[in-house]
Amino acid sequence: MTATEKTGGGASASYALELKGVNKSFGLIRANRNINLAVRPGTIHGIIGENGAGKSTLMNIVYGMHTRDDGEILIDGERVDMRSSADAISHGVGMVHQHFMLVPTFTVLENVMLGTEGGALLREGREAARARIVELSERYNLAISPDALVSDLNVGQRQRVEIIKALKGGAKILILDEPTGVLTPQEAEQLFEVLKVLRDRGVAVLLITHKLAEIMEITDAVDIMRQGEIVGHRKTAQTSPAELAELMVGREVLLEVERTEVSPPGDVRFSASHLGYTSSQGVVELDDISFEVRSGEILGVAGVSGNGQTQLMEVLAGMRHLTAGAINILGTEVTPASETNPRIIRDVGVRHIPEDRHTHGLILHFEARENMILGLQDSDLTGTGLLMDQDAIEANCRAKMKDYDVRPSEPRHFAKNFSGGNQQKIVIAREFSAHPVVLLVGQPTRGVDVGAIEFIHKQLLALRDAGCAILLVSVELDEIMSLSDRIMVLCGGKNVGIVSRDEADRQTLGLMMAGQKRTGEAA
Amino acid sequence: MADFIYQLLLTFDATLRIATPLIFCAMAGIFAERSGVIDISLEGKLLSGAFVAAAVAALTGSAWLGLGCAILASVAMSLIHGFACITHKGNQVISGVAINILASGLTVVIGITLFRRGGQTPTLPREARFKPVEWVGVDTLDAVPILGVIYRQLISGHNVLVYLTLLAVPLTAFIIYRTRFGLRLRAVGEVPEAVDSAGVSVTWLRYRALMIGGVLCGIGGAYLSVAQGGNFVRDMSAGKGYIALAAVIFGNWKPLAAFLACLMFGFLEAATSRLQGVDLPLIGEVPTQLMLALPYVLTVLLLAGFIGRPSPPAAIGQPYHK
Repeated sequence: MTATEKTGGGASASYALELKGVNKSFGLIRANRNINLAVRPGTIHGIIGENGAGKSTLMNIVYGMHTRDDGEILIDGERVDMRSSADAISHGVGMVHQHFMLVPTFTVLENVMLGTEGGALLREGREAARARIVELSERYNLAISPDALVSDLNVGQRQRVEIIKALKGGAKILILDEPTGVLTPQEAEQLFEVLKVLRDRGVAVLLITHKLAEIMEITDAVDIMRQGEIVGHRKTAQTSPAELAELMVGREVLLEVERTEVSPPGDVRFSASHLGYTSSQGVVELDDISFEVRSGEILGVAGVSGNGQTQLMEVLAGMRHLTAGAINILGTEVTPASETNPRIIRDVGVRHIPEDRHTHGLILHFEARENMILGLQDSDLTGTGLLMDQDAIEANCRAKMKDYDVRPSEPRHFAKNFSGGNQQKIVIAREFSAHPVVLLVGQPTRGVDVGAIEFIHKQLLALRDAGCAILLVSVELDEIMSLSDRIMVLCGGKNVGIVSRDEADRQTLGLMMAGQKRTGEAA
Repeated sequence: MADFIYQLLLTFDATLRIATPLIFCAMAGIFAERSGVIDISLEGKLLSGAFVAAAVAALTGSAWLGLGCAILASVAMSLIHGFACITHKGNQVISGVAINILASGLTVVIGITLFRRGGQTPTLPREARFKPVEWVGVDTLDAVPILGVIYRQLISGHNVLVYLTLLAVPLTAFIIYRTRFGLRLRAVGEVPEAVDSAGVSVTWLRYRALMIGGVLCGIGGAYLSVAQGGNFVRDMSAGKGYIALAAVIFGNWKPLAAFLACLMFGFLEAATSRLQGVDLPLIGEVPTQLMLALPYVLTVLLLAGFIGRPSPPAAIGQPYHK
């Protein structure tokens, strides 16, 4: 493919890593097909693709966690046999996994030692490992204490431990799988600085991501993956986000939906005052949160994952019971003393797109048509008699699948057999078509391909223009910024502030996500 | 009062003897569970160890040969458990229960075939058992008032396996906390992915943990039939494997704490038999039924939260899928 054809600009610089014709199947699914890839030392090489495009599988092959079915892997021009991570490590490949590979009950030192203990007794290698951590953390500006317990570290610090682990043996090739997903914009910047230092020291950095902005910002070259194949190779300087998106999806996409400025928002549809939630273990999850959402308005909720967004959504949806303050939904007051459950909240006209569609949005082992009536099973959709009207249920599903472009349009397929984007469309079709007055939306585009994102965003804005009051929770800052009228930032379960769309930029929001209050914020 | 102290001493002595198989099994359980594998099959391993030890000792007349074969039998059981739930990623509880049932049936069937005594093995002659070891200076120290009795009753006069079990506890702690193997073992029970990504085989680590457990259970089994007792009786492990597992949980998967839990169970059982019909100072005669129920009542109370939240290895019970 194109990857191997590129010229070395005169000098015959060899590649740090080369893949030739690599294939990998899991059962009938061909996760990687005929992959050719070449990465130069001293560059940052991006691999971009949608969820499920095969990026992680490919990197796990390079790191020896998966064994390829056929094809060759060359490191510094030499064929190598990657059978386990041990092989990869011995060939100078390090990897920072998307889900951290750290033992939370261990110290940083113990985590770094694991696998390279330096002797049968821990005493023998401990001081050497400690010195190595100190050395690496100074050289790459990765401040970390070797004796800190990993469970006490925040995600940014944990990632530093992962990087130190990957570099401890002197890695020449460093793979990072979706490294910025859990970071604040500032932490991501710090990470990029580290990557640049590594690049300048001759390390080949492989950055796997689905974020176009990151590719444009930091990489030297990029390979685009779609459905298990590499569909393009570009020099970053010679490409554009639009071109990359088109290659990823296979058709032209609008990266940012057009927002129509409608008449100013109407009356307050729902509000929270001094809302608090303390878990049964006594942990304060939400503390003194007040906001209001008007008709025809989207209030975005930004924050690093795990700062109370989930709890907020679940309290508002009636899945958890608030322990302080009050919520007012269309005149219905919910206080710690009152009875709530999701049913009561639904009945006043609230619809909910849950953050985790697999556990709260769908029953994966039910058919699509059954999922399409979840929560609506008592309505006329299922017929009026004692038995459910199977034809009506199927017709309902078929109609909604058509309206919301769910593919394949098969009401009798099990929910688990749809792709992430189409699963989400099933949830959205069900909730949107039930005429929401208030809509709670959690991570609407998590694990959804770029094409479906565009569709979902358009639907959300259409609903807003029709006068619905929408609360949107997302960890994707770009999504929040492009859709919201106002943005509330959560940090540690507290409302750091609410800013209007015009005032919001990545810098401001990033600082707020880290807990810094701004002065003179809008109500 | 002197009589009471003497009784107490005899109770402590019995405690140690009763706790010995529990301690072996608890240390075995710690190795297995710290690696992320639930080990209900401690019971079955203990039982097969007991049978093989007694059978081999009866046939060959050697207690040591019995011990060796008991270890082999118990390790074989471990390997079955490993094959089912490590290699084939089966349910660890079901595999463990299956091994217990297998051991319970197989020991009797083979016992009947070999000895035709309804599943029992013949009573071993004294020379085919592990005999008490008399320590030097017991007679000299007898002259010293309290110390002499303690030395004679409590410290000296046990068989070699009792001393071995006391050695097994610090050894287990040392291996788990101070060695490379121990670090990896603890890691694999918490986050097996981390071990795998560090280039260490999860499968081989867990197999080794189970095999070490097999060795320990085998010794425990041999203790039951060729040291504490003189022959094998069907189902003679009588739930000791389960109690050891409870001790592991009490002890929060820590060797020293689990050891103390075993001693506590041993003490309760010893006290139960010792105190039947005995007039205690101040309390009077304690009803036997209450004493018999005490270990179980205590188990429930302790598990109900008087020991704080247990913190089991995070990956326990989950087969590792790449």
